[in-house]
Amino acid sequence: MRRMQALRLRTLELAVLLVLLTSVNVPAADRNPFAGDPKAAKAGEFEFRINCAFCHGLGARGGRGPDLTHAQKRHGSSDTDLFQNISNGIPGTAMPANGTNGQGVGMTDEEIWQIITYLRSIEVKAPSQPIGNAIQGKQLFYGDANCSLCHMFEGKGGRVGPDLTGAGASRTVEALIESVRNPSQKLAWGLTEPTKEFAQEYETVTVFMPDGKQIKGVAFNEDNFSLQMMDANEKIHLLEKDKVSSIKKSRESLMPVYDNTLLSDEDLHDIIAYLQGVGSK
Amino acid sequence: MTRVKHCAFVLIVAITAAGSYGQVTFERLVNAAKEPQNWLTYSGDYAGRRFSPLDQINTANARSLVAKWVYQTAATGKFETTPLVVDGILYATGQDDRAFALDARTGRPIWLYQRQLPADIRPCCGRVNRGLAILGDKVFMATLDAHVIALDAKTGNLIWDVSAVDYKNGYSFTLAPLAVKNFIVVGISGGEYGIRGFIDAYDADTGKRKWRFYTVPGPGEPGHDSWEGESWKIGGAPAWITGVYDPATNQLFWPTGNPSPSNRGEGRAGDNLYSNTLLALDADTGKLNWHFQFTKHDEHDWDATQVPIMIDSGAKHLIAQANRNGFFYVVDRTNGKLLSANAYAKTTWSGGKDAEGRPVANKESSPTPEGRTVCPGAIGSTNWMSPTFDSQTGLFYVTAREECDIFSTAPQPYEAGHAYYGSAYFPSDKAEPYWGALRALDPNNGQLKWEFRHLSPTYSGVLSTAGGLLFTGDAEGNFIALDAATGKPLWHFQMGGAVYASPMAFAVDGREYVAIAAGSSLYTFGLP
Repeated sequence: MRRMQALRLRTLELAVLLVLLTSVNVPAADRNPFAGDPKAAKAGEFEFRINCAFCHGLGARGGRGPDLTHAQKRHGSSDTDLFQNISNGIPGTAMPANGTNGQGVGMTDEEIWQIITYLRSIEVKAPSQPIGNAIQGKQLFYGDANCSLCHMFEGKGGRVGPDLTGAGASRTVEALIESVRNPSQKLAWGLTEPTKEFAQEYETVTVFMPDGKQIKGVAFNEDNFSLQMMDANEKIHLLEKDKVSSIKKSRESLMPVYDNTLLSDEDLHDIIAYLQGVGSK
Repeated sequence: MTRVKHCAFVLIVAITAAGSYGQVTFERLVNAAKEPQNWLTYSGDYAGRRFSPLDQINTANARSLVAKWVYQTAATGKFETTPLVVDGILYATGQDDRAFALDARTGRPIWLYQRQLPADIRPCCGRVNRGLAILGDKVFMATLDAHVIALDAKTGNLIWDVSAVDYKNGYSFTLAPLAVKNFIVVGISGGEYGIRGFIDAYDADTGKRKWRFYTVPGPGEPGHDSWEGESWKIGGAPAWITGVYDPATNQLFWPTGNPSPSNRGEGRAGDNLYSNTLLALDADTGKLNWHFQFTKHDEHDWDATQVPIMIDSGAKHLIAQANRNGFFYVVDRTNGKLLSANAYAKTTWSGGKDAEGRPVANKESSPTPEGRTVCPGAIGSTNWMSPTFDSQTGLFYVTAREECDIFSTAPQPYEAGHAYYGSAYFPSDKAEPYWGALRALDPNNGQLKWEFRHLSPTYSGVLSTAGGLLFTGDAEGNFIALDAATGKPLWHFQMGGAVYASPMAFAVDGREYVAIAAGSSLYTFGLP
């Protein structure tokens, strides 16, 4: 009898515990307890600087990592998505899970919500009108503007420059315009060890061979003793430094400067519209 | 009957001999140079020189070095250990507070100790550990959950385990302890959590705490008035790298780290003693004899946790440190007086010196909410990776990092056990790309003798040997032997993982080995 009571009690306790757990756990990852709270947004701004600005830039306007002021985010835009992405990282990208980048310490759930509150406070709504004509942009990308000679987009194009499949979603229009008008401006700065897992830097290298030949292209990787690179014809060269005459490196991008005479504002806007995926499919 | 007696006598002799074999006495630690085949302390000797008297591998034959064996820890994260070697057995630690003993000739394991760490430990910068101390028949490890433990050197069995402080308030240990006399000295980590730093000594036999020196003075103690209001309670000043010991004066020289919060000086006006300071402590009592503060009221996270090196030059008893703030300091270790401070890397934070010759910070170097570019960056001109001093060349060798960062303040409330930086830093896209170099400095005048450039900054320390060689690693995974006189690279080996450790050397059966941790593996190299 006693035993029965004890069992029943345990069942009751379990039920209560389950309810408690459910009511505690679900909102933790589902609903922002600070939504719209300007104080939390301010705290979140500071947390953002400490934990996120290294890649996403001051003010979340992007850097090595995507611009986060877009309301539409590539890996999910809801509060839950943001919470999950910050907590667990984004597989297949350089975005690490909270507290695992080897520098600094992890954030609490509360701090993650503060960051989300901050991001919501600076979000810019996407313009209702596309910036240009995406169909024209596609033609230009693969045609007269020669973008696809070096850049891949959704599996089609060249390999010497960065794959632009995700660029439209993760960069602002201003950043995209700047990288076309002034391609060397944001050529990645030197990498620190924790950021080495980022994709290649697209640093321009010219190798002078003992027979007088020159190889110009972009570096995949390099150490004090060897260099792995791709030339403009997408040929991979694996070089030992003691067997070449000299190596010249430059932070001038191999990409030509597309000024107004080479590409009008209208054409550039069309290409950006294509990259942003607006009406392209 | 006689025969039985004889047998018993033989057995007793055998047991006694076995018992004394491998015992590491304090005398052996003091006279480490007399047994060059062994590596008995974190820095190889009490002076912190990281110099091996072995010369079998030398400038004439370094080109023929080959890998001898590799031990994999089967763990991820940074592998920062410096192994100890005693009479053919190698003792080291790995990620997540593993400790292990290997056959130093083959790399085959003898024992493995895996600490069961709580899930909520608070390491700042990875689940790292830099190594063990050895004394008697025990090895000692300081753990990420802020315990100090003693293991049986022969079996890895736990002998004692003491909690230094509650890890939940942001405390941890990452350093290799230092064995002195019959006690074990450790310094705490946690400068990112608003801890109150300390250095402890524990009885090697029992684990009983012998003394504690708080690196942030309490009320009524000298230096307490260098803190604003209650800020001393969360003032930081951790002591997370192994210090050095001077047997002649029975003093420990131990460097400390940043004040908390690291990049925001508001709320902690004053010099913030004894953050970023070299402390001279009486080894028996932990009493402070003198101190020298490298960076007063630091706002850039420039911990002074770099191994200082005792150098005797004629009648002069010096201690030298290449500091994270970009200056190379030479101090008279008899009294703590600064003798020289010269920049060994790019610095923009200081344009002048005080009456003692100490570089002082420009007002314009203080972080602001908008951010200011300052050199060196937050990681510093060097960091915890060990320098070396080679008495043959008379040069001090240090791994330098050339990087500038934007320092921005980001006020945070203090909460126990919770990250407390008050700041942020990031690379400036206008700054030069980061790079690094191994630099040879002359302690007599602070001048640069030569440098060997690294493509990117590395966390590898440096070893010098009597063979006229330097060994160091790089961020690209190379292990490199250089001529200590000229900096010319003589040999390299690609290990497939970045180096976050300092090399050491040992010998077994008359054959010299050089060892370094890279990736998740411990590599050894020797002549074919």
